[in-house]
Amino acid sequence: MTSKLNRRSLLTRSAAAGLLSVPAVSALAGCASGGGDDESVERGETTDDNPLGVDPEAELEVIIFDGGFGDQYALDAEAIYQENYGPVTHDKTTEIQTRLQPRMVQGDPPDVINNGGADAMDIAALIRNGQVYDLNELLDAPSLDDPNVTVRETLMPSTVEMGQFGSQEVWRLNYAFTVYGQWYSRTALERLEVEYPRTWDEMIAVCEAAKRQGMAGWTYPGVYPYYFNFTLYPFIGKIGGVEVLQAIDNLEPNAWRHDAVKAAFEAYHELAARGYVLQGSPGMTHEESQDEWNAYQALFIPNGSWVENESRRNTPEDFDMAVGPPTGLDSSDAMPFETLWASASEPFFVPADARNPIGGLEFLRVMLGQESARNFTELVSSLTCVRGAADGMDLPPGLSSAKATFEAAGDNLLVPRLPDWYKQFNNEEVGGAVAAMMAGDIDPDEAITRCQRAADATASDDSIQKFQHV
Amino acid sequence: MESGAEGREDVADTRERAGGNMTDAGAAGRRRSGGDRLTPGLALRLTVAFFLPPRFTPRSVRYDRRYRKLDQYRFIVWFLSLPVLVYGVFVVSPFLQAFFYSMTDWTGYSASYEFTGFENYERMWNDDKFWEATRNSLLLLVVAPVVTLVMGLFFAYMLTAGGRRRNEAVAGVTGSGVYKIVYFFPQVLSLAIIAVIWARIYSPRSGALNAGLDAVGLDSWQREDWLGSSWAIWCVLVVLCWSFVGFYVVLFSAAMSAIPTEIYEAARLDGAGRSVTFFRITFPLTWETVRTGWIYMGIQALDAFALVNVMVPEHGMDVLPSYLFEKSFRDGQAGYATTIGVALFVITLLFATVMLRIGRRDRIEL
Repeated sequence: MTSKLNRRSLLTRSAAAGLLSVPAVSALAGCASGGGDDESVERGETTDDNPLGVDPEAELEVIIFDGGFGDQYALDAEAIYQENYGPVTHDKTTEIQTRLQPRMVQGDPPDVINNGGADAMDIAALIRNGQVYDLNELLDAPSLDDPNVTVRETLMPSTVEMGQFGSQEVWRLNYAFTVYGQWYSRTALERLEVEYPRTWDEMIAVCEAAKRQGMAGWTYPGVYPYYFNFTLYPFIGKIGGVEVLQAIDNLEPNAWRHDAVKAAFEAYHELAARGYVLQGSPGMTHEESQDEWNAYQALFIPNGSWVENESRRNTPEDFDMAVGPPTGLDSSDAMPFETLWASASEPFFVPADARNPIGGLEFLRVMLGQESARNFTELVSSLTCVRGAADGMDLPPGLSSAKATFEAAGDNLLVPRLPDWYKQFNNEEVGGAVAAMMAGDIDPDEAITRCQRAADATASDDSIQKFQHV
Repeated sequence: MESGAEGREDVADTRERAGGNMTDAGAAGRRRSGGDRLTPGLALRLTVAFFLPPRFTPRSVRYDRRYRKLDQYRFIVWFLSLPVLVYGVFVVSPFLQAFFYSMTDWTGYSASYEFTGFENYERMWNDDKFWEATRNSLLLLVVAPVVTLVMGLFFAYMLTAGGRRRNEAVAGVTGSGVYKIVYFFPQVLSLAIIAVIWARIYSPRSGALNAGLDAVGLDSWQREDWLGSSWAIWCVLVVLCWSFVGFYVVLFSAAMSAIPTEIYEAARLDGAGRSVTFFRITFPLTWETVRTGWIYMGIQALDAFALVNVMVPEHGMDVLPSYLFEKSFRDGQAGYATTIGVALFVITLLFATVMLRIGRRDRIEL
């Protein structure tokens, strides 16, 4: 073999070698694993004022997701914490995962993480790795405002449940409280001289009345079709009872074949088939659909109670925003009309490897006090998971409607877990099937078949951790 | 200064040696078979020589046959050692790591994982979504370069040689200077911005596409969900081609203006029209550039991550990089995502190899 290494062949060879570097494969391996150091803070003395036994000198590090809620509420709570305990290092970011995943891998996480936003860390994966601190200790501690009442007793229903992932441990605290449902404008209904529809026949009548006025009955963000789940799931639960939803959450075989599911899908399909859905909705983002809704182009939108704050800029003065429970099918429904999906959201957790986990728990206890909770509601106009914290407050129309709707529901609350247990299944599969059905590409039967097939696939996929209702 | 003199001396030595070999081929052959064996001492001295500057090369080694090759490589190796080191640490080693991680169940959230052998590969083989993403990626890989390069060549040709003007053999169409700049505009924008803009264009109610279809009376072609439907891949393709064509216009224009005008003049004297001139002269003479552009565009098409991630909804279509991203950062399956990354690596490698092999032509020296 002769060596023919000239300038040309050298360049060719190095070019070929350079090509190897192009694919994204190296991006992942970049997050190599490393070790962590352990210098955790000892538990201090427990007293009546310090029931968890926080070391009063120890530092606390809190990371807040800087999204729709901002971080002022956390700064205020930290000020309260610092009155009694050590200094707090506060940081905010919109990219929770990007910032914190490396620290989780290194075993050097902060003490409290507000794991929110689109870039949140997958809590199920963290739980599986044993990286999350069980909050039961906090829940059994006396509450900040009344030592005779435990923290657990001050919480709204579903808050503890939302922290559980198939066992008694409570891994996270969802601080905000969201009411999901059919959001509408009271003004719009009044102009049409109709009442809020309680049965599906009434819904059809209301949509027909709207159509005559050149207004659509519904709009939805087709880019994020899982917004439909906010009303679809409780609709299913209302028709067939809570067991139907739990069977779906538990990925039971043929859970989607239940008559209640079929009835709900067919009812929604009817909206599209009769032309009651705003033209263009299948391709809209949440902002676009909310803007159309605010412009009185459509009556109803499936959404959560953050919508008031999010769409504030484009909401007309006279809009009089309100939320109603999902319209039922008819008198044969298993649950009353007031039945509603309302649950705690905006998760906080304490990493198991945190240096000062007890301080983290104490910080959450401060946040769950009436003062912090009311401050949160005032600052960001959202309810909190603290019972009665918003009582007597002057709330904007949408929020006070959400509060009233939630109170009217009483114990008839539904808490579907698909969105946080099986995000991919919920967003892509159910969302995709509903999107295709509402766009008129497939009929309800096929949509259900797609959901069931995806549920079976999820159930048999070993790489996905499974959860069951407890 | 001194070392330069040394270097010249080296060259002289080598030439002398080469001359000797030529005149006395028989002796050289004998030496190769017998007395020129690589003894451990000689090997050591050669090794030492490799790490020393040329002027410290031991005399005994300097006249060895192998020293010539060593000298050649020593120059290159020392030149490249630092970049290669950086490349090794930051590119090659993550690659090797990736192959390892692709055989684990690593979640990406902790430092602990288990070795699972080829389980991820087996899963990938049976994963319909993976194959769907692969199909989309391959479609982009095949179509995007063809469309972009054809458009790029056409525009570049029109800009450099498409015009007909008196007293000039080769000229672009009128206003070609302006066009050249305008075509390059998309290249100035970041891909994320392009994706956001185009997502707006495809938006059903306020978007330019549906409004445009309406304006020309093609209402029935309007769609309510361009990016959520099976049209998404074509929508992405359009954006991909649009954003890169300007780059190729500039690249090909540069290559075309390197072609001597006499050739064009001769062709015109022979009565060649625009298309004949293009296929007989311009295209063959820019082939090398086209091929390079093809590889580059293919890799851009294989990526397409930014466009898909920003424009296409979560339940819509995936390409390999976006599927990889979802598995890793949404589903906490970094191990499996790395497996997909390895698959992407293999596809890219195959593509590059094929492209470098085919279409290899003799270079025409101008």
